[in-house]
Amino acid sequence: MAAKKLNIKDKYRLLTRDLDWDFSYEDRSKAFPFEEFEGIKITDWSKWEDPFRLTMDTYWKYQAEKERKLYAIFDAFAQNNGQLNISDPRYVNALKIFLTGVSPLEYQAFQGFAHTGRQFGGVGARVACQMQAIDELRHVQTQVHAMSHYNKFFDGLQDWSHMHDRVWYLSVPKSFFNDARAAGPFEFMVAIGFSFEYVLTNLLFVPFMSGAAYNGDMATVTFGFSAQSDEARHMTLGLEVIKFLLEQHEDNVPIVQKWIDKWFWRGTRLLTIVSMMMDYMLPNKVMSWKEAWEVYFEEAGGALFKDLARYGIRMPKYAETIEKEKEHVSHQAWWTFYTHGHAAGFHTWIPSDEELDWLSEKYPDTFDKYYRPRWELAKEMEAKGERFYTKALPQLCTICQIPMLFTEMDDPTQISYRDSIYKGDRYHFCSDGCHDIFEDEPEKYVQSWLPVHQIFQGNCGGPDVEDVLRDYYQMNVGVDNMDMKGSPDEERWKKWKGVA
Amino acid sequence: MPVQAITPDYVGDIKDRIENFNGNQVVYVGWDHHLMFCAAFAYPLPPETPFRTLLEEVMPEGFSLHPEWEKIDWSTATWMLDSKPFAPQLDVALKDQGIGHKSLLRFQTPELKGYQNAGV
Repeated sequence: MAAKKLNIKDKYRLLTRDLDWDFSYEDRSKAFPFEEFEGIKITDWSKWEDPFRLTMDTYWKYQAEKERKLYAIFDAFAQNNGQLNISDPRYVNALKIFLTGVSPLEYQAFQGFAHTGRQFGGVGARVACQMQAIDELRHVQTQVHAMSHYNKFFDGLQDWSHMHDRVWYLSVPKSFFNDARAAGPFEFMVAIGFSFEYVLTNLLFVPFMSGAAYNGDMATVTFGFSAQSDEARHMTLGLEVIKFLLEQHEDNVPIVQKWIDKWFWRGTRLLTIVSMMMDYMLPNKVMSWKEAWEVYFEEAGGALFKDLARYGIRMPKYAETIEKEKEHVSHQAWWTFYTHGHAAGFHTWIPSDEELDWLSEKYPDTFDKYYRPRWELAKEMEAKGERFYTKALPQLCTICQIPMLFTEMDDPTQISYRDSIYKGDRYHFCSDGCHDIFEDEPEKYVQSWLPVHQIFQGNCGGPDVEDVLRDYYQMNVGVDNMDMKGSPDEERWKKWKGVA
Repeated sequence: MPVQAITPDYVGDIKDRIENFNGNQVVYVGWDHHLMFCAAFAYPLPPETPFRTLLEEVMPEGFSLHPEWEKIDWSTATWMLDSKPFAPQLDVALKDQGIGHKSLLRFQTPELKGYQNAGV
């Protein structure tokens, strides 16, 4: 029996190192079967530096305090009809994407970290991953609770987990995490723990939570604050994993570099949707996507890679392309959703004249030249009573699963097409980044569940798009989708606000 | 190694093999420098479909929304099939002129610069 009062250091040692055991009569490699197949060499797990020393009782105490505060604010938000204080009902459409596209990723992160929290041979790493798994579970729950209030007043939030599994554009975030979880535990940690949590999550959380604040959404802001201290721990873990792998064996360096190249590329593709939320969906703008990218990726990420240079790690491949893309991707993405507004689970709209001018100001080199004309065309068609909805299904990229909407960065009116032949079949990609990921592991990606092809194969109901939306996606057709103008969301808002 | 898997000699299930499309093959068609359409369109078509049917019966529904569609002079439009120059034969089946499953057809109309001459 341990002494009654242990200090934190002792407690932590007992919780982690002393809970481990040696394998005297069983084969250790059978207890940790996932540890070797990725080619990563771990010579000494005892060199693992715990990124944070949190014991389970401290963890519970700390999280419980945060929960109490968080739920008090959710209650106040609901009782005071907080939904009426948002800037504009268009804002809620960003929440619809968040709940259907991002919150289920928190759940996938929970599943992934639970797996690594079992499979790593080092006990310190296992405990850190297990705690992150519980954090992620908490995040999905608190996000669902933060947004459940909106579900009472706005359309499109009613069936988020069903939608995440089926809707065409949600296959983008879903397949991103499926790819990471189907990899080995070390790749998962570089993908999610490092590339995503350490570098890219800032681009999701900081601008998005500021966006919530700018638009009067106190429920989401409070959730963001409540998650922030967890995120800080996750970032520390991500960085520790990278350093540990690089210090353990020099043979790990090229493997880790390959994963960094892959997951930064996949991450930037995934963030395309955030770029469009920031530039087009927040009625009160925080900053442009380009500005956010410069602050959180180029400056913060640049400093990080300078630090990692001493291990022989360089900037992620395609960094030059990524730098050019910040001028384009948000515009290309919102246009895609606008033109597919009949098949989206949220509303889309033409930016107001003030917003178009804001975009011109923020993107002086590209917006007026390439993107304003699209909105002029959309306005012209809308004025004629022919709101533009695309009438055929788009070609998708086999890797990121995004419609092939990205252009050549040096020729922004030309779609970027890449392809590859494997075992006699042709596969298409939006970029060199996605192409190279396929080339490295084609046998993995021949299994991509591409929504357009699944519809053609008859696996999603049909035959018409509307049948797929209603029966397979379980959307309320004519209510959840179509333009913001004339939507039930807009009608209700006007009634609440007494606007004709 | 075609995949880094814990299972030795892991082989993936090819989700988009032609056999899964109920007698159809997928053909993609894109109009270069016309980004009113955000991406190339995907069509499930019987491989025996003559090119004329694709051009005259399948493509117009989606493409004709473009203000320049009516102005296309098909005698001067150029085509590419899977990144190579291509001269379509109108009355020949797709499969008999090299347009296979998941082939990409692109057409160019250099005299048409898109809405407001902006490649839209």
